[in-house]
Amino acid sequence: MTKNIIIVGVGGQGSLLASKILGHLLLNEGFDVKVSEVHGMSQRGGSVITYVRFGDKVYSPVVDKGQADFIVSFEILETARWLSYLKAGGQIVTNTQQIDPMPVITGAAEYPTNLVEKIRAAGIKIDAMDCLTLARQAGSQKAVNIVLLGRLSHYFDISEASWQNALKANVPPKFLDINQRAFKLGKNFTA
Amino acid sequence: MKELMLGNKALARGLWEAGVAFVSSYPGTPSTEITEEAVKFDDIYCEWAPNEKVAMESAFGASLAGRRAFCGQKHVGLNVAADPLFTLSYTGVNAGLVVVVADDAGMHSSQNEQDSRHYAIAAKVPMLEPSDSAEALNFAKLAYDISEEFDTPVIIKMCTRVAHSQSVVETSERVEHSRPYVKDIAKYVMMPGNAKRRHPIVEERTRRLIEYAERTPINRVEFTTDELGIITSSTCYQYVKEVFGESASVLKLGMINPLPVELIKNFAARVKRLVVVEELDPVIETHVKSLGLQVEGSELLPRIDEFSQNLIAQAFSKEISEGVALDDTIPARPPVMCAGCPHRGLFYSLKKRKCTVLGDIGCYTLGAVPPLSTIEMTLCMGASIGATHGFNKMLGKASEGKTVAVIGDSTFMHSGMTGLANVAYNQSNSTIIILDNSITGMTGHQQNPSTGLNIKGDPAGKIDLEALCRAMGINRVRIVDPYNLKDCDTAIKEELAAAEPSVIISRRSCVLLKTVKHKPPLHVDANKCIGCKSCMKIGCPAISMKDEKAVVDQTQCVGCEVCSQLCPKGAFSRD
Repeated sequence: MTKNIIIVGVGGQGSLLASKILGHLLLNEGFDVKVSEVHGMSQRGGSVITYVRFGDKVYSPVVDKGQADFIVSFEILETARWLSYLKAGGQIVTNTQQIDPMPVITGAAEYPTNLVEKIRAAGIKIDAMDCLTLARQAGSQKAVNIVLLGRLSHYFDISEASWQNALKANVPPKFLDINQRAFKLGKNFTA
Repeated sequence: MKELMLGNKALARGLWEAGVAFVSSYPGTPSTEITEEAVKFDDIYCEWAPNEKVAMESAFGASLAGRRAFCGQKHVGLNVAADPLFTLSYTGVNAGLVVVVADDAGMHSSQNEQDSRHYAIAAKVPMLEPSDSAEALNFAKLAYDISEEFDTPVIIKMCTRVAHSQSVVETSERVEHSRPYVKDIAKYVMMPGNAKRRHPIVEERTRRLIEYAERTPINRVEFTTDELGIITSSTCYQYVKEVFGESASVLKLGMINPLPVELIKNFAARVKRLVVVEELDPVIETHVKSLGLQVEGSELLPRIDEFSQNLIAQAFSKEISEGVALDDTIPARPPVMCAGCPHRGLFYSLKKRKCTVLGDIGCYTLGAVPPLSTIEMTLCMGASIGATHGFNKMLGKASEGKTVAVIGDSTFMHSGMTGLANVAYNQSNSTIIILDNSITGMTGHQQNPSTGLNIKGDPAGKIDLEALCRAMGINRVRIVDPYNLKDCDTAIKEELAAAEPSVIISRRSCVLLKTVKHKPPLHVDANKCIGCKSCMKIGCPAISMKDEKAVVDQTQCVGCEVCSQLCPKGAFSRD
């Protein structure tokens, strides 16, 4: 059975590292894995989505509407934007940070309010975390991606050691401490 | 060893294993990482060429010298390199020569959605189309064998979803290949007499390649049922397998030009319903129809945008889930110039002066996006200068005093220089602004001939932009710092007023470069801010309004101080 994860956020927030760590982890666990990324213009502050799929045999590199077992999101408006990709019964792990898109900055549109509450009211399982604060607590605001992965790990039947190995293999040694703390803070998050 | 690898990296690995010795490319999404990964192998000489035409000619020179050679580009890059490609089909190669073209169905990062398979047909060269990373690696190696066996350049067609997806590959070791260079005027000098003798050789080669296409294992039948047969290739193969599994038979084509005849006829004869699933143009479908076979394709599937498993499932009337959505309107999040982008100040000055701005290809194309909304035309690499020349020639004084071309340093090197030569030679009173951020930005920071560094970041030749423009006959060349709005405004005003062609070089390094030191972020003194929104006019993603006051996002601001030059109350400061 193939499992699908989408990682969404604002271009430049660090979703490529998150998908790299996941890919490394899942391959080592013996799964067939595909990861599909976005490069180029969208990385300049646009809405970006990365797909991660794993299972016995994976064909398509992308996840479509109604197919994601997990949405991992760096920004709450992006969570709402890609919500329709979630499968019935799927789980959201999201940062509550708000980054105004240009139409909101220019006043052409409004940033919707109470998104977490509205998603929850739709009967969707959502872990909403202030990842920026947790990442700063861990030692760097750049560790938001690792806080999110830490929380995601909570839903996987994969050993802590395997996650740690995947972290070690993909982050520079001098930032390993910070990232390990960030991972733990995410993993132990309670609403 | 099994590894998870990006399609482009796998292709580069295939180049290395195939014994490739020379790579010359111009960056372009989604092809860039092939060359960036190839340079990590010490056995391969790699370079960024000024443009794709030069890259392909250089790769041909290396092939002529007897070393396996490669050049990679995006789909529109092959338009630039089409001239050498069409005649390389006639000369053939010495050592293997492989060209990658990476299409961008869905236009994730491109100005059009052209289908490059037409180039293989038009130039009469073989084209392979991998569907995942493992095939990208293996097809790269196979392409060199085909190139040398059939004496032809070979094109590998990638697409965004193969180039930028990671899947599992198995790697092996490098095998060296080289051939001696032998003088052969009849083969390599394409003047009419020789070319006339080469053309029949090309036609005969195509006939032999069709025979090859009938038997090559990369064109394979996965027969499971006679109810439905699907002919497909590339990433579409993956979507088809995702949707149908074993419930449709598949003819999976790895070689897209020339297409087999008997293989397709035999497959068609075994199934009750035959469908072609391919993105963009009906290339395979047209071929299948030319064989007199009953086939569906264009009536089921769109001829625009990229496909996905849901799109194909719907085309075959299968049920799909649309997921759930909130009632709220979700504001769009288009890409924007980064906080601290040096282009921003220059565009603000152009907007303030109500200039007509003819643009070019690069990050600065985002100058067309609100609130700057300044660029009025973007076509292709280098077109800003040619178009400004023609525009001014026709409108004369009505446009000369307010029209500018904007072009980046890398794009200017690519194909802006010839446009400037036209301005200087045929004397239009045009104002050209070179946005020199000392890097090729949009594709992720590649060096170019004006940066003074090569692909490895080592010192290299450096073209002096000022001296170059002057040597072309442009007398008025000046440099401004785009962080200084007053200087920008003065330069634009004076050069537009001048009665001869001029070049303004707006010079400041891309803020994302690791060598650029950022100043601490600014913040707004809420007591001083009067909520006039003057600072909002530059469209900086780090500034927003909260409770009628401007607020600076401390995680994004790099302290460029462009906003503070607009504030009438001096409300911006840093600790």
